[in-house]
Amino acid sequence: MTEQMTAWLTPRNLVVTALLIFLALVPAYVAMTGNAFLMTLFTRIVILAIAATSLNLILGYGGMVSFGHAVYLGVGGYAVGILAYEGVASGFAQWPVAIAASALLALLVGALSLRARGVYFIMITLAFAQLVYYFGVGLDRYGADDGLTIYRRSQFADLINLGNRTVFYYLCLLLLVGTIYLVWRLINSRFGLVVQGARSNDRRMHAIGFPTYRYRLTCFVIAGAICGLAGALLANHTGFISPATMHWTRSGDLIVMVVLGGMASSFGPLIGAVTLLVLEELLPVLIRLLASGFVEQPVAVRVSEYWQIVLGPLFLLVVLFARGGINGLLESMRRG
Amino acid sequence: MADALLRIDDLTKRFGGVVASDGITLAIPPGELHAIIGPNGAGKTTLIGQLTGEIAPDAGRIHFAGRDITALPVHLRSALGLARSFQITSLFLDFTALDNVALAVQAHAGHSFQFWRNARTDPALREPARAVLAQVGLAHRAEELCANLSHGEHRALEIAMALATRPSMLLLDEPMAGMGPDESARMVRTLKELKKSLTILLIEHDMEAVFALADRITVLVYGRIIASDAPTAIRANEEVRKAYLGAPDEQQDAHG
Repeated sequence: MTEQMTAWLTPRNLVVTALLIFLALVPAYVAMTGNAFLMTLFTRIVILAIAATSLNLILGYGGMVSFGHAVYLGVGGYAVGILAYEGVASGFAQWPVAIAASALLALLVGALSLRARGVYFIMITLAFAQLVYYFGVGLDRYGADDGLTIYRRSQFADLINLGNRTVFYYLCLLLLVGTIYLVWRLINSRFGLVVQGARSNDRRMHAIGFPTYRYRLTCFVIAGAICGLAGALLANHTGFISPATMHWTRSGDLIVMVVLGGMASSFGPLIGAVTLLVLEELLPVLIRLLASGFVEQPVAVRVSEYWQIVLGPLFLLVVLFARGGINGLLESMRRG
Repeated sequence: MADALLRIDDLTKRFGGVVASDGITLAIPPGELHAIIGPNGAGKTTLIGQLTGEIAPDAGRIHFAGRDITALPVHLRSALGLARSFQITSLFLDFTALDNVALAVQAHAGHSFQFWRNARTDPALREPARAVLAQVGLAHRAEELCANLSHGEHRALEIAMALATRPSMLLLDEPMAGMGPDESARMVRTLKELKKSLTILLIEHDMEAVFALADRITVLVYGRIIASDAPTAIRANEEVRKAYLGAPDEQQDAHG
């Protein structure tokens, strides 16, 4: 028993556990300090971690580099926004529609893109995402490129009140943990082994008798559906949806989260989402503080706007020297 | 002819001006170990590609177990019981040896739309996989990551992958490629054992192994069959000697 305990006490497991405890305690900390910004930030982080986890299913485990994954965030968000605008406020209607619409789009995109390989696959997913993006820009009834304000969060009768920020945060956290568990079950199932086998050696998969296309397509649809749910959450969180949510740079952010945190690892996308989004908030502040020691305050503020100059090389270092991302780095600490 | 397990009729494949398969006609009865030899570029691997379905022939038909499989996709040929090994090792390097074989078992254990149960602890997949690993002498390496196995072990795993699909016929593309004498000898023993229960089409450069194993040998030169006969007759065939004259294989053959 104690041996099992020591075997479990790896740097990675400790960091992941600490991170989960921290996430569970965020509302308590906010209640004590009244720092509402922290609540907003971490709700966003948790929701995008769900999206990144769904991307990891196809990118990390399936080897399908989708460069248009944010499109499902947008579709899920628009499902909520449009239904709310049209007077359907019930979450029992909004959320299933968000998930189904995303799954349907993923089916279409996957059916066409999975015939292609490598760069062509990436380009097709990107093209579809941009197509839907411009479709959103053309949605005059729903705010076109100005977007659509959502005045009420999804209604779940007396079941749960999403208007309460703490309740909403915990629901998102619960869904994140549920998604991570779901993906973990999936990748260890027969289905998951086929998807990973196709990533590793698709030719061999056919030779031993697997028609891999249908499995990869199913995987692609599952990932899209989960991301659609994240989109519904995000729209509820911000009370707003616009085409910008689907912009290809948003898809890029999701890829960065997955690669930074660690592809093909259960908690990598969560680690990546926390790291990226916290750094986005922290780096400008740090740079401003550092710079104000040398230059006038207004100049320091200007300098801090270039925080991405620091983030870029940081990401580059991880990609170059830690193939498994931060998760891989933590795992190698045990061996080293 | 009628009860051949694999029947190839007038198979033709051209790549631009090169004729890789020039009207190949061949019938392999059940239980035979049939070897195909020939100098590099004779079209041996192209022939295997057409048999497995990765390459579409320009003309001709392929029948397997009484069924026309000429237009059948790769995975359905595998489902019929036609299994192959690859000349250049083609495995799942990031899986363990056991995972590799278990995946091949899984391919023939119904559909894989099972999303929840852990497949790595499923005895219906693991036990047959362990049995096949033992068959090729890799039982002790089951939990090793495939990438960490030696070249010889990779070659044995190649065979195991094909065996795990419970085939009635094996297509082996140079199973001894790059092997040392000891490893080759071990592979010959393994194949001798498999020969008892399976029909095998063997492509191999190692003449010693070919003459030790084959019931019948077909000689392919420039995509055309120049001889197809029992090993002793092939050894005596003047045309075959001419085709191999000066090739390093000739020396090997003479020693063997």
